[in-house]
Amino acid sequence: MDGPFIGGREVTVVLDYRLDEEREALRKTVEQFAREVVAPRAAELDESGEFPYDLVAQMGGMGLFGLPFPEEYGGMGGDYFALCLAIEELARIDSSVAITLEAAVSLGAMPIYRYGTEEQKREWLPRLASGEALGAFGLTEPGGGSDVAGGMRTRAELRGGEWVINGTKSFITNAGTDITQLVTVTALTGELSSGEREISAIMVPVPRSGFSVAKKYSKVGWHASDTREITLTDCRVPEENLLGGRGRGYAQFLSTLDEGRIAIAALAVGLAQGCLDESIKYAKQRQAFGQPIADFQAIAFKIADMEVRTHTARLAYYRAAEKMLRGEPMKREAAIAKLYSSEIAVTNAREATQIHGGYGFMNEFPVARHWRDAKILEIGEGTSEVQRILIARELGL
Amino acid sequence: MNIVVCVKQVPDTWAERKLRSEDKTLDRESVDGVINELDEYAIEESLRIKEAHDGEVTVLTMGPEKAAESIRKALSMGADKAVHLVDDALHGSDVLQTSYAMAQVLRKIGFDVVILGSESTDARMGALAAMLAERLGVAQLSLANKVEIDGGTIRTQRVADYGFDRVEASLPAVVSVVEKINEPRYPSFKGIMAAKKKPVDKLGVADADIDAAKVGLTGAATEVVDFVAAPPREKGTIVKDEGDGGQKVAEFLASKKFI
Ligand SMILES: Cc1cc2nc3c(=O)[nH]c(=O)nc-3n(C[C@H](O)[C@H](O)[C@H](O)COP(=O)(O)OP(=O)(O)OC[C@H]3O[C@@H](n4cnc5c(N)ncnc54)[C@H](O)[C@@H]3O)c2cc1C
Repeated sequence: MDGPFIGGREVTVVLDYRLDEEREALRKTVEQFAREVVAPRAAELDESGEFPYDLVAQMGGMGLFGLPFPEEYGGMGGDYFALCLAIEELARIDSSVAITLEAAVSLGAMPIYRYGTEEQKREWLPRLASGEALGAFGLTEPGGGSDVAGGMRTRAELRGGEWVINGTKSFITNAGTDITQLVTVTALTGELSSGEREISAIMVPVPRSGFSVAKKYSKVGWHASDTREITLTDCRVPEENLLGGRGRGYAQFLSTLDEGRIAIAALAVGLAQGCLDESIKYAKQRQAFGQPIADFQAIAFKIADMEVRTHTARLAYYRAAEKMLRGEPMKREAAIAKLYSSEIAVTNAREATQIHGGYGFMNEFPVARHWRDAKILEIGEGTSEVQRILIARELGL
Repeated sequence: MNIVVCVKQVPDTWAERKLRSEDKTLDRESVDGVINELDEYAIEESLRIKEAHDGEVTVLTMGPEKAAESIRKALSMGADKAVHLVDDALHGSDVLQTSYAMAQVLRKIGFDVVILGSESTDARMGALAAMLAERLGVAQLSLANKVEIDGGTIRTQRVADYGFDRVEASLPAVVSVVEKINEPRYPSFKGIMAAKKKPVDKLGVADADIDAAKVGLTGAATEVVDFVAAPPREKGTIVKDEGDGGQKVAEFLASKKFI
């Protein structure tokens, strides 16, 4: 980067949203990987719903699962923003692959890195950071995703040095792949003196007796991402598998979610950009009434608006990431980025499909897949309504 | 083992390429530069040789300042250091002059094996490996889709129309590789961070004992006299199946030497 000198005078850098050389090189590398390796597979994976083990292995080899972790735990010594850049570039091509990475790192491995003991970190992070093993986080239950605390029925009781866990978790990403080795679940572990329910997080190494996953859900989108219902029936794990403090599980998870929202925002920006890329290409090539449809102002303006939305959403997530990297509170910025970028991803996907006409409704076209993949972004990791609640609360309402 | 891999920066094949009207050389400024695709295979092969036999991989690039990006990428894939031959005097050099300049550098830095892609996507001469080997007085093993090193001996498979030849030579040697010899790796973030700290030795013509009069546009043995834009792609042939579709497709493929 240029030194902070303008006209021979030292100046303070007021704003700088350029990527540094290393992050730009990473972004380019993932862009190339997505274009060369993921893109040719995306339609087939969407159709079959097969989990892409080979792509995950290749992404592991590139170190994508280890991006935010230090080298001593098998990581790449990067940061969470580097992870966001990788997720954005993958989602430009395929959301299933992008969410597999997002969930494995920010939900599966990050809580261990943040709240685990040294021993837990040494045991789990090298495996998770290499992508050889996937981790999942089970918070949502059939009784509630937004009102997690109120809806929680899963219980864990300490008996003879072991947690005995009973309950059901819904919609858990990466919970049922052949390489899933860890599912951290939240569970009620008692009552606090205040009368509030005590929620803790417990690490469940899998496969394991008492732990079972149902068959894959039939989903609208994210077909090649693994989403399962989990049932725990007298599932026993050692007492030391408690992650973080007893009764701290929920609070800790909420703070993990703030970061996770930035990653989901990055994923949404990627999808929005992918819709834009496809629309520009198609509009230049598709002819109607003797001219490319890009020459109709109605189409060109749609595309211009898609660019405006994508650009704005990217700035919103960069801004949240910037605060995160500086270690400043960023709850509001993360919620804004998540809310805005997921909503514009849905809008861009709808417009891209419109620009593609009938072909946009055909599954083999990327935009049809983007359209189906976009909607969940307004629901997962905090619905749009929940984001608005958070933002309003931050404003003192 | 001292492995040198030659890496050229070329205009991105995804972008439109142009010649500059003033001196009929390739416009390298206005488009994104990338590593010549075949050179990525050469880099991968050099890293595999290093992993199997120990040693060091040096990237050798001749090209303008901008080519430093490509050097950085090769280093992030895992090469250990680089030599960047960069000098305005080299602008417009043809393949004869390029081979002279690169051979001078190779003499200076030494090598057990020099690996390069069998051609570049911009000039497509495909002659550099042969010229380097000749100038350096070492064996050339061209068009390799497999390389094995065993002590002082190098064995390759050279692809040919009819299959492949098994070729053997003693080191030092120059090897040119074809695609499909391997699957080039994507750099990891750790590699990208490490590349920043790897040494890049910048040499001008004088540093490498290159006679400035023997390189550059004016002294080139070949000259681009004129150029025209490529004609639009011709219409393909459509084979209608009237019972003999298979036959016709087979004839077409045979005429193109695909079968
Ligand atoms: C594909 C997929 C993958 C997922 N992966 C995971 C995972 O890995 N781990 C995990 O724990 N969970 C996961 N989830 C669950 C997801 O986080 C929840 O679905 C989400 O939080 C919403 O919860 P819910 O489905 O129970 O909806 P509900 O909470 O029942 O919400 C229903 C509607 O009511 C609205 N609503 C609720 N409360 C309020 C309120 N106070 N004010 C206004 N509106 C309100 C919501 O916004 C929503 O519109 C996944 C879900 C899907 C579909």
